[in-house]
Amino acid sequence: MAHGHDHDHDNDMDPMTARVRALETLLCEKGLIDPAAIDVIVDTYQNKVGPRNGARVVARAWSDPEFCDWLKRDATAAIASMGFAGRQGEHMKAVFNTPQEHNLVVCTLCSCYPWSVLGLPPVWYKSPPYRSRAVMEPRSVLTEFGAHLPEDVRIRVWDSTAELRYLVVPMRPEGTDAMTQEQLADLVTRDSMIGTAFAEAPR
Amino acid sequence: MVVQLNEKGLLDWNDWAEALSMELHRPEAASDGSDYYECWLAALEKLLASKGIVSELQVGSVAEAWRRAAHATPHGSPILLENDPGPGGNTQ
Repeated sequence: MAHGHDHDHDNDMDPMTARVRALETLLCEKGLIDPAAIDVIVDTYQNKVGPRNGARVVARAWSDPEFCDWLKRDATAAIASMGFAGRQGEHMKAVFNTPQEHNLVVCTLCSCYPWSVLGLPPVWYKSPPYRSRAVMEPRSVLTEFGAHLPEDVRIRVWDSTAELRYLVVPMRPEGTDAMTQEQLADLVTRDSMIGTAFAEAPR
Repeated sequence: MVVQLNEKGLLDWNDWAEALSMELHRPEAASDGSDYYECWLAALEKLLASKGIVSELQVGSVAEAWRRAAHATPHGSPILLENDPGPGGNTQ
């Protein structure tokens, strides 16, 4: 190696990383966790789930009135019917944006998030400013995200818990009548399902 | 890690949310959330210690072993705990 002994700070492990590795080591030794399974979990939520499951749910709700009704009545069952069930068995509630009302989701307590449909939460979702300001001044938060709402649109803020997670169903954009569910799903962004954005307009 | 402990029934999801929230709301927690990971670690360590699964002392000593192993590992090679030369090793 080009780096000799006098550069041993290069292979310094910071205390945080060391403690996380230590926890992993101890829990593995006790047979409580399996590192390969952790990788599978992270890979699943990072690459496979992402927010695409949620986008498919929304696109179907836009195109299939019967499914839309079901989603309104019992989001947990409707979403599970598409194969997206929560790991923790938490319940889901779908909240629908209308021309009069916009929905915004936050977890003021920590960072509860609908993993099964949206994958891993974005960093800002876990940040204290978002967690407190989404409740106190949701309109300013939306503006900062670039989502400008007319003054007469009400904003409803939903506080997630360990048992109940929310999925925002954004309004279907104009000019999408001829689109397939698959094409529609491409317009549904992660942020639009948290409520900090709208669904994208078709190109 | 937390998801797996939950699936094995060792960690209740509500307990976890409560422990994490407590750490995040400590007065000394960073206001911009930059210490989220630190809080996550502290919450997990405390929860495991309170359940008698893994003590903080154990974590500390194995963490030290990991750091010694890191020092003893040549640059560019994966760090393995087996590389720990032991507390009397010539690093630090």
